[in-house]
Amino acid sequence: MKKRTYFVFVLRELSSVFVGWSAVFLMVMLVAVGRGEAAYQRFLNWASSPVVVIVNVVALAFLVLHTVTWFALTPQAMEIRLGGRRVPRVKMVNVAGRSVPAATVVRVGGRRVPSGMVIASQYAGLIVVSAFIVWLVLR
Amino acid sequence: MADSIKMHVTRYDPEQDSAPTTIEYEVPLRKDWAILDGLNYVKDHVDGSLSYRWSCRMGICGSCGMNVDGEPKLTCAAFLTDYAPGPVRVEPLTNFPVVRDLVVDIEDFMEKLPRVKPWIIRDDDQSVIDGEYIQTPEELDEYRQFSNCINCMLCYAACPIYGIDETFIGPAAIALAERYDLDSRDRGQRERLDVLIEREGVWGCTFVGECTRVCPKHVDPAGAIQRYKLKAAKENVMAFLLPRGAR
Repeated sequence: MKKRTYFVFVLRELSSVFVGWSAVFLMVMLVAVGRGEAAYQRFLNWASSPVVVIVNVVALAFLVLHTVTWFALTPQAMEIRLGGRRVPRVKMVNVAGRSVPAATVVRVGGRRVPSGMVIASQYAGLIVVSAFIVWLVLR
Repeated sequence: MADSIKMHVTRYDPEQDSAPTTIEYEVPLRKDWAILDGLNYVKDHVDGSLSYRWSCRMGICGSCGMNVDGEPKLTCAAFLTDYAPGPVRVEPLTNFPVVRDLVVDIEDFMEKLPRVKPWIIRDDDQSVIDGEYIQTPEELDEYRQFSNCINCMLCYAACPIYGIDETFIGPAAIALAERYDLDSRDRGQRERLDVLIEREGVWGCTFVGECTRVCPKHVDPAGAIQRYKLKAAKENVMAFLLPRGAR
């Protein structure tokens, strides 16, 4: 690929393949759990084979890329109206090497919410949901 | 700081050459000189036949867009010292046919821009005597960013989709359509939607984001396109749920 930015873009798009893989993997696991102890054990044996482990590690890396790029792009792409008028776009600033809008068009109670806060709130949501799932699985 | 810097400039005379070639020119490396100043030096002192577009030399006219070291840039805004010690490559803007040397044919964009109807559309045009359309500063701010587009076409040079598929209407056209859609004086949203709700319109875009990265006026065309996609998607859903008569 000629340009580094194009290369990163292609990786970003490719990551969705691994998102699909992860979804399929989880579903297969759930089906195995549903079928009982023996089926689950067979699934675990398969899942711990080196090939599958490597695929899953790679998939995790791509999932991280997917999440990070998705969250970072959301403020640029979306216009969210929360009980107020639409908010003006503003000047671009440099956030982690990218030129992004300084604020999004998210408005909460009349005040403009900066892009950083929208991104942070997405991560917060991710942490909350993940914590809930961890609790659900481990209890 | 060195005295001079070498520029590798594309030369192409369609009446004589079968393909573009690259010629090396050595120009003075002055602290305040841009690539454009280097090109002007070449034209004034070395080879008067060098052809390129430029006008305001201050980043507002959009004429001097070229590829500098492979990146679409306004040559009046790219400084020689940033490329020192060089050599620096100056090539015509990507994705456009080359007319001569660094001049490209922008007819495609000229044809696409009017298609999105970049003007105020109303049924009830007030005559001048009736007075002005009133617009608050907040309403102006809604679209101000997208109105900063200087039609320099760096975004088209950067867009890989436009590079692959010339029918894609392109970032600047969509950003300008959005600029008018968001203008409180305008009533033409429906007409522009009909043009853009196509694969050659917004749906050709895969949000690479290169257009926003290279835009010299921080218009953020990628953001405009994604917002337009959301608008188009909502429109599709509404059209599906509510038959025309009910809307």
